[in-house]
Amino acid sequence: MTEFLYLYRGGESPKSPAEGQQHMQLWMAWMKELGEKGHLKAMGSPLEKTGKLVSGDKKVVRDGPFAEAKDLIGGYTLVAAKDIDEAAELSKGCPIFQFGGAVEVRPILQMKM
Amino acid sequence: MEAKQHTEEISQPAELDPQLFRHESGRMVVALTRLFGIQNLALAEDVVQDAFCRAVEVWKFHGVPANPSAWLMATAKHRAVDILRRERTARTYEPELTRMIESEWTLVPTVHEVFEPHAVQDDQLRMMFSCCHHQLREDARVALVLHILCGFSVGEIAGAFVSGLAATEKRITRGKKVLAKSKKLFDVAEPAEFSRRLPDVQRALYLLFNEGYHGASAESAVRVELCRDAMGLTAILLEHPLGKTPGTYALAALMNLHAARLPARVDASGNLNSLPNQDRSQWDQSLMAEGVRLLELSATGSAVTEYHVEAAIAAIHARATKIEDTDWGAIVALYDTLMKIRPSPIVALNRAIALAQFEGAERGLKEIGLIADRKRLARYPFFFAALGDFELRLGRPEAAREHFKIALKLARNAMERRFLEERTRACVVSNGA
Repeated sequence: MTEFLYLYRGGESPKSPAEGQQHMQLWMAWMKELGEKGHLKAMGSPLEKTGKLVSGDKKVVRDGPFAEAKDLIGGYTLVAAKDIDEAAELSKGCPIFQFGGAVEVRPILQMKM
Repeated sequence: MEAKQHTEEISQPAELDPQLFRHESGRMVVALTRLFGIQNLALAEDVVQDAFCRAVEVWKFHGVPANPSAWLMATAKHRAVDILRRERTARTYEPELTRMIESEWTLVPTVHEVFEPHAVQDDQLRMMFSCCHHQLREDARVALVLHILCGFSVGEIAGAFVSGLAATEKRITRGKKVLAKSKKLFDVAEPAEFSRRLPDVQRALYLLFNEGYHGASAESAVRVELCRDAMGLTAILLEHPLGKTPGTYALAALMNLHAARLPARVDASGNLNSLPNQDRSQWDQSLMAEGVRLLELSATGSAVTEYHVEAAIAAIHARATKIEDTDWGAIVALYDTLMKIRPSPIVALNRAIALAQFEGAERGLKEIGLIADRKRLARYPFFFAALGDFELRLGRPEAAREHFKIALKLARNAMERRFLEERTRACVVSNGA
């Protein structure tokens, strides 16, 4: 098993309280399923939509966000899968696709001797 | 397996009330509007939207907290304190509270006080009355109550009322403008104003309940949540010393008696059952008993409202354990009274249906012919369904079939369509027999 990081990008805000609740419950069900199948290494966390960007040799501190809303990373999860194809396939169950978002699947770099 | 420990961190969403977000939305908006003032309703709505977005983000990773309502309220309170500190001088807030908000000593306790359950309930009542503004039409009042107090989005309301999205949006936007212009929330401690507006509030709650019960919604004819919301708001009205009038008791009685029949109105496969075909053992006995109790409490004073009469009709149906046991004579008499208090083509149609039960289908047909503004029923599927039923009972299946076909064309949702298809088919069967 190899480890992968899911980076959740973009996605619309719910249009009504009922939609928000439905959205949240879909996510919880999906996370639970990943866990039951033994793919969930760490549930991860959501990220605030604001922040600072520190860059350059002068270490200039600027206010975020650093990407357009559709590319903004809203959270991350650590999963285990056989290979990148399985990790990508598993990500298709994520409810983010119903709300216009995307999942970026990145392998954790392995220390091979 | 290592993953096991992670699944245990996620609490089960199964116990979460499916309407939680919607209900909390209404409660938070009214509390925040009390703080910010009615002219800042949009700000209150932004804070609530923000609290939900936060809940969705955090809960989907870490599970639903033990007390989700408290979590949401705390998030909204936190944000409210931030805004009030930052914009203390930039906006004008609710006049009564301005002084409390201006001082750092009283700011946080004031915000906490506004979110106390009893305070929220008072604010729900204030908002109910505010929404029933005399400059607004009945449909706009109901739309505002649904939007602000019940947490439905514009899209969801447009769906429930079969009105276009743009028209609903316009209605709600205009309604909010009228609210903002009224400068302050309705004062529920002022007896004369309260009594003047009470009938409009009762009417809005009645229409809200009806929308759930006889709804024209495209997705379903019975939207139980709407009925429950209307009953919840009516219960709040009943707790106010000026709100618990005989008319309000009668309204609550009517809602309970109708709601008691809801489980039998739609069967397990989602089909609509008309009253004669309902399995009466499925009627909810506790709601029925509560309805009867409330109806008794309504029988004081001299004023007889349309709610008294409608509740009395519902109580007669409730008392009959079989359709044959129904006291149709008493029902006809009550419809006669209702035609005097609040005449409408729908009431006249229901009276004709009751008369047909009492004296036969021939009489029913005759009465339908006498309905004064019958034209207003031209788009109402159950007008033609009634004609079809009478013809069928008089042994004229062909004529009946034509009526049911028209009714079918006017059906407003799949449930009504299936019901009317079934009726149309019934005509063929008896024709062949």
